[in-house]
Amino acid sequence: MKKEELPQDLGALGKITGEVCYVTDESGNYTTVLSNGWEVKSSALEVAWKDVEQRIRDAHNKVIKKEASPILFFMELRVMDIPIVAAYTGFWKWQVKRHLKYKVFEKLSASRLAKYASLFEVSVEELKTMKVDET
Amino acid sequence: MKLDFKHTQAAHCENGVTTSLLRHHGVSQITEPLAFGIGSGLFFIYIPFMKINNGPAIAFRTQPGLIFNRTCKALDIPVARKKFRSKEEAEKILMECLAAGQPVGCQVGVYFLTYFPKEYRFHFNAHNIIVFGKEDDNFLISDPVMEMATSLSSYELERVRFAKGAFAPRGQLYYPKEKREVTNEQIKKAIKTGVNRNINLMLRIPGPIAGIRGIRFMANKISQWRDKLGPKKAGSYLAQLVRMQEEIGTGGGGFRFIYAAFLQEAYAYLPITELIDISKQFTKSGDIWRSAAVQAAGIYKGRIGSQADFDVMSDYLRASADIEKQAFQALSKIKWPA
Repeated sequence: MKKEELPQDLGALGKITGEVCYVTDESGNYTTVLSNGWEVKSSALEVAWKDVEQRIRDAHNKVIKKEASPILFFMELRVMDIPIVAAYTGFWKWQVKRHLKYKVFEKLSASRLAKYASLFEVSVEELKTMKVDET
Repeated sequence: MKLDFKHTQAAHCENGVTTSLLRHHGVSQITEPLAFGIGSGLFFIYIPFMKINNGPAIAFRTQPGLIFNRTCKALDIPVARKKFRSKEEAEKILMECLAAGQPVGCQVGVYFLTYFPKEYRFHFNAHNIIVFGKEDDNFLISDPVMEMATSLSSYELERVRFAKGAFAPRGQLYYPKEKREVTNEQIKKAIKTGVNRNINLMLRIPGPIAGIRGIRFMANKISQWRDKLGPKKAGSYLAQLVRMQEEIGTGGGGFRFIYAAFLQEAYAYLPITELIDISKQFTKSGDIWRSAAVQAAGIYKGRIGSQADFDVMSDYLRASADIEKQAFQALSKIKWPA
């Protein structure tokens, strides 16, 4: 990539720091220039977050229909998956999978609910109702 | 307590940590491209049976941690690397290092990394930073992808050092054990070692999913994605490819430009004219990867999306694979001066 072709499309990271890019100068020698971003990759990031939002909405609907427990909703909200939730809470993966069922969730002990609530950084009440203020 | 340490920005976190720590330890010649090349950082792998953030698992560089280890080893510098069970122990050892005047490389997760923009905070656990002091409750942090040095409270640092999930850092810290000067002869030898290992990684690694064969393998898969996954999911997969290729750390073109810069710098130590020509080939390959990214963006933004558009995408990858294969073959034919 030539120096003058380096894109400078301000992205989320560009507001905080420039990124080092390797480009060639007039005589073909490599040098580094800071870039504020590239539209192609900021739109890729946007696609990733839109997918996340879709997964959160789907999870929310499932919980309303009692096809899944609120843990699924918060797992998606925190961009986690079952192995990550299991690793942070100390539960086995099969346990987390069970807890994703609405009926199992209803019978979870207070201490287990507290573990999930603290991982998702919400109160137990919020965990049950899925009512959270995200700012 | 603040150590006499100079923050330097780099394209990639592990290259940056390696470069800064080695410079701190007296290796004045080291640069990011040299660290990357000596550590044989260039790679490609597509793991079809693994998912990362619900998308394909693709990497353009070697496994985390190897660049630091290989570069230090090639320059004959002993490495200290520790993982911890307990958070208290992890902080205690970190404090001991700082008290001994030793800046420390730490593997961290980015999800709780407070100074990163929210958009970048996925559960990715193979980020690298340097801790170079502590003032009140704040650890002084040199994050190679940031322009300026920054800081994290002791709680924030503990949280990122003990992030969980794939590649969980488990408090991992590492640093070169001794201050040593390195001769230009050693650098020359290290360059040869790094290049030869990279040739093996890209041309001779067994199996269809890694190296040059891996790029071709993914090219074939991409042309099937539209029918197999449907346009929306195929678009998301392509977006993931572009992020792995261009997002913070690659220096552009999936590390191909850094590698081209490495070969130019290698020429300064080993004036073999082929190195300059081969460097140009990597630049060309990086440019094709960038064109592929533009094509992919057209697809995931919904501007284009026919089967022919996916095939164009595959053709870009095959073109890159051809160039990189020739380039590595040319490298393997170089007669290095004894």
